[in-house]
Amino acid sequence: MTKQVTLTIDGKQTTVPEGTLVVDAAKTVGIDIPVFCYHPKMEPVGMCRMCLVEVGRPVIDRATNQVVMENGQPKIQFLPKLETACTNKVEDGMVVLTQSEKAKAGQKSTLEFLLTSHPLDCPVCDKGGECPLQNLTMAHGPGQSRFLYDEKMHLAKHVPLGELIWLDRERCIQCARCIRFQDEIAGESVLGFDERGRSTQIVSISDPGFDSVFSGNTTDICPVGALTTADFRFGARPWELQASASICTQCPVGCNTTLNTRREAKEDGEIVVKRVMPRQNEEVNEIWLCDKGRFAHHYTESKVRLTKPMVRKEDKLAKVSWKTALDLAGEKLGEAKAKSVVLASGRLSNEDLFNLKALADGLGAQAILYSDMGGGDLVAQVGMTQGSNLGALGKGDAIVVIASDLYEEAPIWWLRVKQAAERGATLIVANPRATKLDRFATFSVRYAYGDEIKTVQNLGRKSKIGDAFAKANNAVIFFGSEGLGLNGSTNLAAACAKLLEETGHIGKPNNGLIGVWQRVNDQGAWEIGFQPEADLATALKGKVVYVVGADPTGDDPALAKALNGAKFVIAQDILETATTEIADVVLPAQAYNEREGTYTSGERRVQRFYPAVPVTGEARPDFVITAQVAKQAGVIMEGISVSIAFDILAASVKSFEDLNYAKLAEVKEQWPQVGRSELYYGGTTYENKQGLGVQLISGAQRGETVSLPKVQKETALRPKEKELLAVPINKLYDRGLTVSPAELLDQRVGEATVALHPTAAENLGLKAGQRVKISFDGVSGEAVVKLDESISTGVALVPRSMGIAIREPALAKVK
Amino acid sequence: MSLAEKYPKEVKQILAKYPPEHKRAAVMPLLYLAQRNDGYVTKDAMKDVAQMLEITDTDVASIVGFYTLYHDEHKSKYYMQVCTDLPCALRGADQFMENLCEHLGIQVGETTPDGLVTLEAVTCLAACDKAPMFQLQGPDGLEYHEDMTLDKTLELIAALKREDKQ
Amino acid sequence: MSYVVLRHRDIPGIDKLDVYEKNGGFAAWKKVVTGMKPEDVTKTVKDSGLRGRGGAGFPTGMKWSFMDNKNWPHYVVANADESEPGTFKDREIMEKNPFQFLEGLAIASYAVGANVSYVYLRGEFWPVAAILDEKIAEMEKAGYLGNKLFGTEYSLKIFTHLGAGAYICGEESAMLESLEGKRGQPRVRPPFPAAVGLFGKPTLINNVETFTNVPMILSNGADWYKGMGTADSAGVKVFSLSGRVRKPGNYELPFGTTFRQLIYEHGGGILEGRPVKAIMPAGASSSLIVVDDKTLDMQMDYATVRTLGADLGSASVIILDDTISIDWVINKTIHFFRHESCGKCTPCREGTYWMQTIADRMKHGQATSDDVDLLRNVALQMRGKCLCPLGDFSTMAVVTGIERFPQDFKLPVKA
Ligand SMILES: Cc1cc2nc3c(=O)[nH]c(=O)nc-3n(C[C@H](O)[C@H](O)[C@H](O)COP(=O)(O)O)c2cc1C
Ligand code: SF4
Ligand code: FES
Repeated sequence: MTKQVTLTIDGKQTTVPEGTLVVDAAKTVGIDIPVFCYHPKMEPVGMCRMCLVEVGRPVIDRATNQVVMENGQPKIQFLPKLETACTNKVEDGMVVLTQSEKAKAGQKSTLEFLLTSHPLDCPVCDKGGECPLQNLTMAHGPGQSRFLYDEKMHLAKHVPLGELIWLDRERCIQCARCIRFQDEIAGESVLGFDERGRSTQIVSISDPGFDSVFSGNTTDICPVGALTTADFRFGARPWELQASASICTQCPVGCNTTLNTRREAKEDGEIVVKRVMPRQNEEVNEIWLCDKGRFAHHYTESKVRLTKPMVRKEDKLAKVSWKTALDLAGEKLGEAKAKSVVLASGRLSNEDLFNLKALADGLGAQAILYSDMGGGDLVAQVGMTQGSNLGALGKGDAIVVIASDLYEEAPIWWLRVKQAAERGATLIVANPRATKLDRFATFSVRYAYGDEIKTVQNLGRKSKIGDAFAKANNAVIFFGSEGLGLNGSTNLAAACAKLLEETGHIGKPNNGLIGVWQRVNDQGAWEIGFQPEADLATALKGKVVYVVGADPTGDDPALAKALNGAKFVIAQDILETATTEIADVVLPAQAYNEREGTYTSGERRVQRFYPAVPVTGEARPDFVITAQVAKQAGVIMEGISVSIAFDILAASVKSFEDLNYAKLAEVKEQWPQVGRSELYYGGTTYENKQGLGVQLISGAQRGETVSLPKVQKETALRPKEKELLAVPINKLYDRGLTVSPAELLDQRVGEATVALHPTAAENLGLKAGQRVKISFDGVSGEAVVKLDESISTGVALVPRSMGIAIREPALAKVK
Repeated sequence: MSLAEKYPKEVKQILAKYPPEHKRAAVMPLLYLAQRNDGYVTKDAMKDVAQMLEITDTDVASIVGFYTLYHDEHKSKYYMQVCTDLPCALRGADQFMENLCEHLGIQVGETTPDGLVTLEAVTCLAACDKAPMFQLQGPDGLEYHEDMTLDKTLELIAALKREDKQ
Repeated sequence: MSYVVLRHRDIPGIDKLDVYEKNGGFAAWKKVVTGMKPEDVTKTVKDSGLRGRGGAGFPTGMKWSFMDNKNWPHYVVANADESEPGTFKDREIMEKNPFQFLEGLAIASYAVGANVSYVYLRGEFWPVAAILDEKIAEMEKAGYLGNKLFGTEYSLKIFTHLGAGAYICGEESAMLESLEGKRGQPRVRPPFPAAVGLFGKPTLINNVETFTNVPMILSNGADWYKGMGTADSAGVKVFSLSGRVRKPGNYELPFGTTFRQLIYEHGGGILEGRPVKAIMPAGASSSLIVVDDKTLDMQMDYATVRTLGADLGSASVIILDDTISIDWVINKTIHFFRHESCGKCTPCREGTYWMQTIADRMKHGQATSDDVDLLRNVALQMRGKCLCPLGDFSTMAVVTGIERFPQDFKLPVKA
């Protein structure tokens, strides 16, 4: 327990941990000391001089070493100069004055200095309304400036730092928050100051400009309107915006978000999402968001949203009433019973998936999770459990990341893991190629694609790395699907689970297995009882298929063939897809931001999201549609309201026991306080008033006997001499259904690529940037050659969801 | 061709001055080397130095931007930087500069028509007792010229011209 | 008297190793490494009363004793940035008497247990750096630098590092940033370099002249040095005399020498025999001293100069005569500081720019008496609020100039 220190600020006494900064101590007693350069998540630099206060210390008598008393009170000696509250640490008996004449004068003068070069164009500034500089100026800015306006420096107002972030050089107050964020927090210092003195200005000469997937966060913490996103700038005035709590749907981290909406003239009066903002959850995303989560939200506004149910008549899809569509769908499923299949993806909410599972059970049909990655059932047993927080991992703990490029697959996890490593955690990064996490790794382990199991088992053996892991107080393993299909990843999960069990790292907080899934709620699907199917094609043949939130036809020719061979296809989705086009019945579903629901994150945290925009056309929530289909199919289902659906889920699924919507909505005070547009300014990140969610208790912690499958010997194909093995990897900005509608990201999505070792490329007579044809079992596509020295000469890396269907490693030809 | 390839000895010497875990400290000497090589610090040189020291291009650019002795564009072969700071000005530096401008027919900050010399006014060069004075920054470094007169200066420039010809 | 720092003026060729050795060179260095405990070296320097020559005048021995001995390695950095307008002493020392400076640096390194030391020179000094590199190489050859010196366990390497044109890099924390390969911007203090300095390690920083005094102090003893100068300012100082005098230059004199002696006995008096109007004893950063007969007879030492409402600083004495108007002078100093402000903290970055706009308005006759008050106000408003002393430096001449020479700021009252 750290020593506590008691001091007095503006007459208010407060006791805080030793080492606390005066500015933070003040916040704890509700005193806002104005700051610009200081941010509670970053090292203080004391450069803006806004937080000037008077600091006094008790006088100590040299001789007696006692505090000198003066009529009953300790005698206080104030420092001759004003001090910066953001750099001074608290001391016992310290007296701080933030409102004295001298302090106020100091703050006022800093403000006046700042305004000599700030345009004060608040009326046209995106930050207007949530800007501390504006608020301060209102509060006690100089009435009219003593600085002659025509002597102001005029600078460029529209400087792109890349295609996502714009800089207004006149508004910048040189606080360096953006630079320090990129350097200290993101670990990618792609922003810097150019020149010096009054000419100091922000630059980025990275390629592409502002090359970081965390760039959007700088627009949140920029205390003025100098940095804005290409997505939102000039989009709206902050005070016109409605705010609804939501959860990012782009990856299994489950970042808490706030959707800012407004009625749009150009969208003929519709209410639309104007921007996605982070919502504070210190145990999930803190106050950050990755650029995919921030900018890829547009898919829900896609022009190809399904608006009306449809039924195939004379080989054409015709719009029909809900009743007609539901009757037909229900009837077909009811007839087929066990000869039907429910195929659903982790894009759906817990409620949706639960109803679907209930329907399948009622029909005696198979409930298949649409995914090429296994192991979620093990995560349910030995995964993260209640009370876990990656933010708590540090010295003495260990983290393994295997077969995953966290930066590309789950950026906020990458950030949290990096920070844990910086706090002293042992970070073991095992991947066949170099990734951005290597830089922070205590140990970087390279293995050949196919050697995943051996690699995990080695971690169990006696060795420097093995001991570091075994002896760790807490240990977490992230496993992914890089270079692996369903079998490979399932087997890898088993090996990881076994290692965790053997080293006693299960069944307690901050220990266990985390799956780096491809979809937001894959873990939820597993918890509810969905399982992927190794031979999906066969499983679909001749069946009545109810496919929800997935596009097998579009993803993979083999599956397209299989679906064509299905008896009857009921497709339920928010968008038109290749699958809905071939379906016999099409059911339009509501997008996550049009309805309520919950997702289960990879850390097994169940979190609520809320409606933000009006429903598109006649679309209905998935779980409702399913309940209605079930009724027609003769399966009784009460879950027609979302909280009831969840209550039934909680009553039937062990790991959800005792949970309900009220519990999920509970919040507790979080530090640092965000203080949006207050003077103590954390950024435009939203406070969390709508719920921090609840983590599921793992089977192991519930005391269930953990039953782990036997780890299979490796069967996966391996790179051999003289032939190329195409292996799937995951890319952040891909052509996925939930990304491509966001045109802003086109440049970052880029073309399909195939990465080769330089020598391999040479042998094939290929150069970087060259267009090639790559083909393997039945699949083929065009891609651009990339070179990667860190991979073996035998492999060709093919990103998933870039138009070339690759579900697992395969022998390939590149021409 | 990278600096390390072109000047292996110099680069090695420079890196040897600083603890390996703090090799970023070598950025300034390496930038001087790059500037000597190209006459100014090119974008490619910045990339090269950044890679060598495992920092970002932007990091390097912001160093170049901060210090006045690095040039990120090619203005001329020589920079004649006259000290016009207080102590020198008290001894006629401003007048000297004026005359020089007049004879060269250019303003402070401009380059002679033949693109050989750029005339700049700079702050104190620690030669206040030898005003008027200037430093001449050129391909092979930098030298002080003290107790200067207009004639001596014009001769110097003429000499530079001749030397540049052959 | 014979020279202590500018010994090349007594001994021609002292920049040659053999000559330097013949004249007692490196005797102190050898004695120290082979026969003295580090703390005893520090004590001798403490007792000598030597104070820092870089400007602050901080007691040198005391500074050496501040080094955090729980955190290793230690570094020593010689401040050879010499960028204060009017200062040109360190350059002469390094060019003409390099070995004595390097010996002093070496002794300090031993005293604080550093095995690697740096000389940070302003970029314009690269010919000087070339000289030092040569001398350092000679010292290594002769066994004065390198591993296991004089058969002991102690090793020392000295490297030069060139800045690239930034006055602020003379400020010690900015200098450390620059030496680490970053933008030369001051650090928040505390922590001080003696605790967290170069590469995060305890670091001693002294000025070139400070180091150059050290070998003689160790050869001749603390009392010998204390015997020179005044009670509060022991020893000798190199005064850089510039401005309107006949013979500007460096003059090594004991502290306590009067302005009159410096200007008239050594500096040959004022150009065209005009009267002295004002003195800036510490370069562009100094307050302006109003000069009359009495002030000319004042002693030059830290305490006395303070009684004149100024600081001795690095003793770069700029002389202004009655042909010089003070509004012109502060325009020069303001332009200097505006150009050199690093831009890290707001009051300095914006204040120096603001002062410049007003000063230029005055220069171009577009100003009124209100602008004079505004200028003074802006300067006062900057004071005590900046991250490092540069901001305050930039206001010294401005405020004292306006207050002490009002007749030079007579402007039309705004209509
Ligand atoms: C803006 C500024 C510029 C400075 N420039 C120099 C300089 O050029 N040379 C120097 O030795 N000290 C300079 N100093 C003082 C140094 O910060 C430091 O106090 C000094 O080098 C310590 O050495 P000393 O104790 O031997 O004086 C400067 C200080 C400030 C605030
Ligand atoms: S852009 Fe914003 S955050 Fe960055 S330095 Fe300028 S004001 Fe600060
Ligand atoms: S100096 Fe304290 S907030 Fe900037």
